[in-house]
Amino acid sequence: MNLLNKRRMKLFKNFNFDKLKTGLTKTRQKLFDKISETFTGKAVVDDELIDQVEEILVSSDIGIDLTDKIIDDAKKNFKDEKDRSPQVFINQLKKSLSKYVIGSQEKVVEFDSTKKPYVILIVGVNGAGKTTTIGKLALNYRKSGLKVLICAADTFRAAANEQLDVWAERAGVKIIMKGKNADPSSVAYESVQYAIDNNYDIVLIDTAGRLQTKTNLMEELNKLNRVVKKKLEHAPNETLLVIDGNTGQNGLQQAKEFSKFVNISGLIITKLDGTAKGGIVFQISSQIDVPIKYIGVGEGIEDLQDFDINQFVDAIFNK
Amino acid sequence: MLEDISQKLESALKKIRGQGKLSEKNISDSIREIRRVLLDADVNYKVAKDFIEKVSQKALGTDVLSSITPGQLITKIIYDELTELLGSSNQELKLNPNGPTIILVVGLQGSGKTTFCGKLAKKFLANGRKPLLVACDIYRPAAIQQLKILGEQVKVPVFSIEEKDARKIAKDSIQFAKEKNCDTIIIDTAGRLHVDEEMMVEVVDIKQIVNPTEILFVVDSMTGQDAVNSAKAFNDKVNFDGIVLTKLDGDSKGGCALSIRAVVGKPIKYSSNGEKLDSIEAFFPERLASRILGKGDVISLVEKAQANFDEDEATKLEEKLKKNKFDFDDFLRQIRMIKKMGSLSSLLSMMPGVGNNMKNANIDDKALVKVEAIISSMTMKERRDPKVLNGSRRLRIAKGSGTSIQDVNRLLKQFGEMQSMVKKMNQKGFFNNMLNNKKLNFN
Repeated sequence: MNLLNKRRMKLFKNFNFDKLKTGLTKTRQKLFDKISETFTGKAVVDDELIDQVEEILVSSDIGIDLTDKIIDDAKKNFKDEKDRSPQVFINQLKKSLSKYVIGSQEKVVEFDSTKKPYVILIVGVNGAGKTTTIGKLALNYRKSGLKVLICAADTFRAAANEQLDVWAERAGVKIIMKGKNADPSSVAYESVQYAIDNNYDIVLIDTAGRLQTKTNLMEELNKLNRVVKKKLEHAPNETLLVIDGNTGQNGLQQAKEFSKFVNISGLIITKLDGTAKGGIVFQISSQIDVPIKYIGVGEGIEDLQDFDINQFVDAIFNK
Repeated sequence: MLEDISQKLESALKKIRGQGKLSEKNISDSIREIRRVLLDADVNYKVAKDFIEKVSQKALGTDVLSSITPGQLITKIIYDELTELLGSSNQELKLNPNGPTIILVVGLQGSGKTTFCGKLAKKFLANGRKPLLVACDIYRPAAIQQLKILGEQVKVPVFSIEEKDARKIAKDSIQFAKEKNCDTIIIDTAGRLHVDEEMMVEVVDIKQIVNPTEILFVVDSMTGQDAVNSAKAFNDKVNFDGIVLTKLDGDSKGGCALSIRAVVGKPIKYSSNGEKLDSIEAFFPERLASRILGKGDVISLVEKAQANFDEDEATKLEEKLKKNKFDFDDFLRQIRMIKKMGSLSSLLSMMPGVGNNMKNANIDDKALVKVEAIISSMTMKERRDPKVLNGSRRLRIAKGSGTSIQDVNRLLKQFGEMQSMVKKMNQKGFFNNMLNNKKLNFN
């Protein structure tokens, strides 16, 4: 396999960026109209305008503190601008917004083929979309020519195994399952062992949804992490936290708490094909210093895309 | 829990309390802070704005020269406003007196519909009704299987057929319920985005086909600002009857409940607090308002205790305590009762004052499991008379329960202390008072 000889490789392309755009622009259209209206006939940034921008940003779940910072930033820079057109102010807002993920962006680790099997642990609260995301990831990795193994370590929720099994079949990859209520760590351990024995490139570990306040469940996750590491020293190579794009300010809490128990290396934001704007990611990314890796824009197996900060921020403000 | 918002509100309120009178100026400072608290709690931007306007208007119009402090006054006004926004009274689920009660459960993906359906079925069953669960989520892989498993767990039949059209499943389920004499039909639908026109048409069709007694909109309490948009869109399409707030056992502030309540004007009927199938509660707006203001959730706790606490058991226990005959068997029963009531930490967090103090204490519910294991490894004789527990018996118990001898010793020591405390209380007549005071007795 020539592919694997490359030290690092980029796995994803933007499959259908239009879909993100349609999703994001549905209400962002409204948002942009608002800004345009706001600026009509106004050459200065007054309180009314600031209020409107504040509403737009807060309504995107960016959070009031960060909204204030972004507006202050933009105001400061706007002062030095000669051209005080709406577009210039929007650009300032975009620029200051981008700062909150851009630093982390550079940290996006691409698949490292020298570490094999490359183990990816998927974690998150209940209903965030972990299992669906794994199905999509599996397909994408397999399409990239990799040998993918799915590990069903959500042994708690009713029919979680069955759900993942369907996704594994759709993606055309092998899945390791044990009975309900089996110890998730032991399923993970066996999967990694199996992957080593059978020369797999990637292991995707699905875990049960858990609220970050449930200490015992968080400990369980920590144990799984330790067990995997014991089996394979470089694993898990990545731990991706899945965040529902509808999530409000609690998203930050989720990220902070999960970080205490596992080493989060990236975020996946799901359900961005609705009207929710996913603005909480700015706080999450900047505060726990992790990149956003992928976004989910639908239930289809191909509806997973690379995260691109410029496109994301553009989609917030542009038509 | 909603402690964070409580804390922030309290700090905002303290500012007011420290000041002599409510003036336009000092109110405006506090009001601004409260506004931030609400936004941090995911209350929708516009809803928060409305709320603030109402509060300030009322606060300014009120006579501050009365005997209450400005702090008390503003607390009351905020509490009243919050309660009003959340709906001023508890809303029961409607039942159909002339035929089967049909409940249609709708919502976004991952909000917790299927789990809620299982919980609701269990609740109906406990109330002596004959529920039927209907699996209409034909899209999400294994969703039907999930409902079937939940149905098995709560011992409620599940209707599902191999069918590509959810409308047909919904339709056929009514006939099936009739044949099986089921009086309550709970229809679980697929999660859908409010902007997905095709899927929204499907849910409207199902509504028309089954003519439900109640339509419940399930919403994740962690939802942010967009909650108003999805709720409004669902409401415009199906005109739902009530809201179910899920995952309240996390630390989300639940502000979206306020937003949705304000925007669609429908009551919140249930709150769902865990993955256990009995963690479902009626929703009481006053309590959420109280919780937001950090007053704890006394009523909730008392009620929860009532439902689980066997009255006979309580009387027996009191007698034993009085006679100083409280032994390990009774202790074990107490532990199991607490477990039935939910986790120790969730019980504690509902008590006023405790909420803030225990926040960082990290109550370990596993400790109870250990204690339970140790007692279970004792013989009957040992449980009744711990004095016989010599070294070799202790070692056997430690081995049998998978704990260490230190754990066993610690428990014995604590138990001894508890017994001597009970003795002291008896001397002071504490339990005589308790027996006379029915309120303390959960009666």
